[in-house]
Amino acid sequence: MSSTTIDGTAPDHGAPHEEVDYIRAKKGIKSWLFTVDHKRIGLMYLAAVSLFFLFAGVLAIIVRLELLTPMMDFLADGDAPEAAAKARDVYNQVFTLHGAAMVFLFIIPSIPATLGNFFLPLMVGAKDVAFPKLNLASFYIYVIGACFLLYAILTTGLDTGWTFYTPYSIETGTAVMASTMGAFILGFSSILTGLNFIVTIHKMRAPGMTWTRMPLFLWAIYSTSVIQILATPVLAITLLLLFFERAFGVGIFDPAMGGDPVLYQHFFWFYSHPAVYIMILPGFGVISEIICVHSKKHIFGYKAIALSSLAIAIISFLVWGHHMFVSGQSEFAGVLFSFLTFAVAVPTAIKVFSWIATLYGGAITFNTPMMYGLIFLFTFTIGGLTGLFLGALTVDVHLHDSYFVVAHFHYVMMGGTVIAFLGALHHWWPKMFGKMYNEKAGILGSLLVFVGFNLTFFPQFMLGSRGMPRRYASYDAEFEGLHALSTYGSWILALGLTWTAVYLIASFWTGKKAAANPWGAASLEWATQSPPIEHNFHETPHVDADPYNFKEIDRSQAAAGHH
Amino acid sequence: MTLSLLGKLGGGLVLAEAQGGFWMPPKASTFAEGVDGLFDFILILSIVFFVGLMALMVYFAVKYRRTHVEQKTSPLKHSFKLEFLWSAIPTVLLLVIFAWGQRDFILMNAVPDSALDVRVTGQKWSWSIGYPSLGKECQNKLVVPLGEPVKLTISSVDVLHSFWIPAFRLKRDALPNKYTGYWFEATQTGDFPLYCAEYCGTDHSVMTGRVQVLDAEAWKAWVASDDCAGLDPTAADYGEKLFVKYGCNACHSVEGVRLVGPPLNGIYGKPETMQDGSQVTVDDNYLREAILDPNASIVQGFAPAMPTFQGRLTDQELNGIIDYIKQLGGDAAPANP
Repeated sequence: MSSTTIDGTAPDHGAPHEEVDYIRAKKGIKSWLFTVDHKRIGLMYLAAVSLFFLFAGVLAIIVRLELLTPMMDFLADGDAPEAAAKARDVYNQVFTLHGAAMVFLFIIPSIPATLGNFFLPLMVGAKDVAFPKLNLASFYIYVIGACFLLYAILTTGLDTGWTFYTPYSIETGTAVMASTMGAFILGFSSILTGLNFIVTIHKMRAPGMTWTRMPLFLWAIYSTSVIQILATPVLAITLLLLFFERAFGVGIFDPAMGGDPVLYQHFFWFYSHPAVYIMILPGFGVISEIICVHSKKHIFGYKAIALSSLAIAIISFLVWGHHMFVSGQSEFAGVLFSFLTFAVAVPTAIKVFSWIATLYGGAITFNTPMMYGLIFLFTFTIGGLTGLFLGALTVDVHLHDSYFVVAHFHYVMMGGTVIAFLGALHHWWPKMFGKMYNEKAGILGSLLVFVGFNLTFFPQFMLGSRGMPRRYASYDAEFEGLHALSTYGSWILALGLTWTAVYLIASFWTGKKAAANPWGAASLEWATQSPPIEHNFHETPHVDADPYNFKEIDRSQAAAGHH
Repeated sequence: MTLSLLGKLGGGLVLAEAQGGFWMPPKASTFAEGVDGLFDFILILSIVFFVGLMALMVYFAVKYRRTHVEQKTSPLKHSFKLEFLWSAIPTVLLLVIFAWGQRDFILMNAVPDSALDVRVTGQKWSWSIGYPSLGKECQNKLVVPLGEPVKLTISSVDVLHSFWIPAFRLKRDALPNKYTGYWFEATQTGDFPLYCAEYCGTDHSVMTGRVQVLDAEAWKAWVASDDCAGLDPTAADYGEKLFVKYGCNACHSVEGVRLVGPPLNGIYGKPETMQDGSQVTVDDNYLREAILDPNASIVQGFAPAMPTFQGRLTDQELNGIIDYIKQLGGDAAPANP
């Protein structure tokens, strides 16, 4: 493939210049806090987002416990009416913080900031990102933004929903200012990381790595970065306006002063719909890598997958109004946005078909990363198909703001992004830490997550179509059975995720040493030792083939022109 | 636990089958048929695609599982024919879904001239439903005739709400600065739930109500009855009825219970501590200010959550409510037991 040897065997034995890896290269807490090494920054992000995932996950469990029964009980102190009213306030804060923390602190930075940071330079064959100091600055901006959100939580909390809809967000007594400031600051971290990645991909690819020889993960991260740079400033402006509205009463969203609360929704979704793709595109990239490497097959339809990411990035800016079919926007706008929404479904469908076609004729290993790859195809396909119901105008009028929507976006965000993130962690764990995790434990974990996830969220589709509104702390007795199922599912899901954290962390002490290329992959990150040396490569790698050129591929068949 | 759960689920299924479908609530408006038809069409398409894709995935995964180290893999990289087909077929199907939804959506928005006008006003946390032509106003209850077109004009006095009637498959946000609305024709008599579907704060989850569809005879009887009738300012319970009509009871207990706002029994003539620490004696003027400009002085320990009633109450109504609070007296239970 290239002048760097990637042949599936560990280069440790007799490797003349085996060097100390990036983890052991420098010692002491300062060497981490002031590092400009993209790999260390990636790990710091990993620690941070994992912590917030745990935090927001615990909030989700609290939400599910309250919803186990129709009346207020878990959060209520006794069954007096005043206790129920108080408990509803607490519930509103818990679901708001679950959403805000998951979106702003976990999902948006999850794959790009952790694995993107760690692997993007390795995969292009560079020593680091284009602007290493800016990269560290992005991390600290993220930390500062997170502190603002934590401040909000520790003081008066937040009860607006993660969407901060006006005019409620203007008049509520909770910490809207601190939270919007936090999200505003987090946006800068996102913008700067995106900028760094775009420049790195444009300017720092190894000799011979043409655009079409880039691993699809990089195309996905590239498309994500484009959205981050173009859309995040709109969120920043929106949140700033909301901040001014509260602080100085400028009257842009407040109807009492002649403002328009629906204008806020336009601004908000102009960012937040593209942001959905900031969250899911990196997941698409991960799945392309996992499916190819663990089936030893060349990706099916490389160009279609790469270009569909860009197509999604562009069309994603034109569909925000589908969040507002019942908001009072004009019927014409509704029709237009519905049409564009179906347009964005096509490139997404192409990706799913291509991944399944990639499995054809492969040599498929059922290890943990592949399990997550297959689970992704299952859950994400449900997430994508249920989007069709919500894009259809009349059906959305019924399903809008119901549990059907809750189930749909969890199938996309958790069944898509989080499943892909888990798959990616297992796929690249040996490279990041130089340790193998216990494979049997991994398979068990993936099955628990699969069962728990579907049991938690599938009943919510039925709840929604049968008439259960979202963001309700208590509900009609007829919905109890499905809510109870969902809550039981959340326990299995929590068990699966906890189990996963345990065996992954245990691998630091008990795991076998990982070879440089344990999966026999063909992209550049596997060409260096595990864990990589501080500067990634001893010599600049040279690329003369594409990243899915596995040695198992039957070239005699290709030569015969057999397709 | 498992058995009782299965019982519940089974009960749910049987109930749903009797009144609606497996997925959908009962169909009670002329739109329900079309919405459910499109829902079923997308559902069937989804199931066909999902089952087909998963079957292929499992088949490939099993057939091409790695059995030995030397296993060779197919060099297949792309196929224009296949890629064209799987782009074109979904595009056509998606266009059908779009067109279907679009057609019915336009119909949904074409209101017949003869429709009965009903005014729906959302406020934290209740619905006020007025019938200008009948002189009636109901709280959290929408009463409509079977088979007659009804047009709702929806608005809000404070934050966003959304008026959802699942049995009619209809929903529209209530805005504070603009009228929205929809129309429908009920096709089934009965009693159906209605919900607030746009998050609006503390009691969002209990901002619910009922829709009653009455046949012609029952409708006539209802119109003639004094249910939801205009209030008589000379009646002894005028203030009490206003208190319910304007949703005051959603946040203010008259039995000493602490809800979102302070309980109102036994406060008249007594001193209250305000947020800034000052003491105010609750008299007619304080009550007037508290109703018309609620955020001017907030009772200590409560959030400024009340909407203004400036411009919504006539002086006669304002006096009625103040008289009612006055006569709640000081003999009931203390505010914070």
